[in-house]
Amino acid sequence: MSYVKGLKCRECGREYPKEALYVCEYCFGSLEVAYDYAKVAQHLTREIIAGRPKNLWRYRELLPLEGKPTDGLNSGFTPLIRARNLAKVLGVRELYIKDDSVCHPTLSFKDRVVAVALSRAKELGFDTVGCASTGNLANAVAAHAAIAGLKSRIFIPADLEAGKVIGTLIYQPNLVAVEGNYDEVNRLCSEIAGKYKWAFVNVNIRPYYAEGSKTYGFEIAEQLGWKAPDHVIVPCAGGSLLTKIWKAFKEFHKLGLIPRPKTKMYAAQAEGCSPIVTAIKERSEIIKPVKPKTIAKSLAIGNPADGYYALEAVRETGGWGEAVSDEEIVEGIKLLAATEGIFTETAGGVTVAVARKLIKQGVIPKNESIVIAVTGNGLKTQEAVRDEIGQPVTIKPNLKSFEEVVDL
Amino acid sequence: MSVKVRIPQPLQKLTGGKELVETSAVSVKALIAELGEKFPGLSERICDEQGRIRRFINIYVNEEDVRFLRGDATALKAGDEVSIIPAIAGG
Repeated sequence: MSYVKGLKCRECGREYPKEALYVCEYCFGSLEVAYDYAKVAQHLTREIIAGRPKNLWRYRELLPLEGKPTDGLNSGFTPLIRARNLAKVLGVRELYIKDDSVCHPTLSFKDRVVAVALSRAKELGFDTVGCASTGNLANAVAAHAAIAGLKSRIFIPADLEAGKVIGTLIYQPNLVAVEGNYDEVNRLCSEIAGKYKWAFVNVNIRPYYAEGSKTYGFEIAEQLGWKAPDHVIVPCAGGSLLTKIWKAFKEFHKLGLIPRPKTKMYAAQAEGCSPIVTAIKERSEIIKPVKPKTIAKSLAIGNPADGYYALEAVRETGGWGEAVSDEEIVEGIKLLAATEGIFTETAGGVTVAVARKLIKQGVIPKNESIVIAVTGNGLKTQEAVRDEIGQPVTIKPNLKSFEEVVDL
Repeated sequence: MSVKVRIPQPLQKLTGGKELVETSAVSVKALIAELGEKFPGLSERICDEQGRIRRFINIYVNEEDVRFLRGDATALKAGDEVSIIPAIAGG
């Protein structure tokens, strides 16, 4: 049974059928899935959700399928970790890490969006899926397509980290490395998607795909004991995740599943690519595209498609944003590893470093609940830290050699 | 030689299905005006009521976003290629 009414333009409100459409023909605004919330409310309760298997489909009434989910049946429901060690370092009382660095099967939150995108793409009759990606999405599309027996066409910038390239190729997709940055890959894919009849998850399947990110927010609220946190710090590339986490809290409230959220949303970006944070800090109505230059390649989107919505969510909630340098990103990665045992990728280093900065500035208070979004795994971006963490001590295989070098 | 303009799929209904349009416009602004004359309704799709390029539309001249050039004042010359592309999601 479906709870989806159709698609609706986020800008002008025009309605469209639930097909592979993604942009309003009139104003070019992006299309968003519209649900019949009254119908969902009649059916969905905390008990029903809590009784379901621990994957992202436990919230399926709020995801855009017609029938049963077919993909990502083990994806999502990642740990929400009470980060006591990191809290001590940052001087705050109640701190959590939502840890998608262990999302199944490709170790990033992109498994969520791809689970939804592929299930929907199959319903729409596609046999080939594709994406433009900074890496994590490439991994997820390749893996889930392999499981589903779909063909995949994946486009990445040619300078991606080895872990992300290998983590894609292992699934034997059709992988194309484009000599350009992500924004250029994106532009090319937009033109390819117009010409070839494939399901590009972040182009023509975007309205469905993007809804998958809500499950990250649903899980935070459920795992906190059916309430939204006071503060959430989210890494921003295109700006969709931040927007959808806020939407998740609002939907849960609308359905009576949690009390009214008082959450403040914070955007985290790298200094070398911070168009959204710049607009927040300058209180600007315009997001000015930039040419990215940062080690946080998964966040290196200079022209963020959902930037305006992320900006709106930050303003609506009374949140803020901050950007950090490449050095601070590496420090953030190391700090999270040293305190909580989580090895996150550069994007996670960005959120940890931004959280630290905002707490230090007094923007985030010390005595309220804080969630840091960790969305990807450090084993994929080893280049970022390889030269910053020292070397093992090499010795001969005898006790003397050991005692010579090791400080007892 | 003229300027080649690639029309995105959502606007091709207005160009009678044409993906590629040729023009001799000398700037992006003039190009949008000319497209509006040739294909009624098209310039209103690209620009808002104040005549500004809508915020979810990206216009590229020879693969460079016009926001890195001179916006709608960006000059065009024979042989240039223009793409009009809706914003798409991150990945």
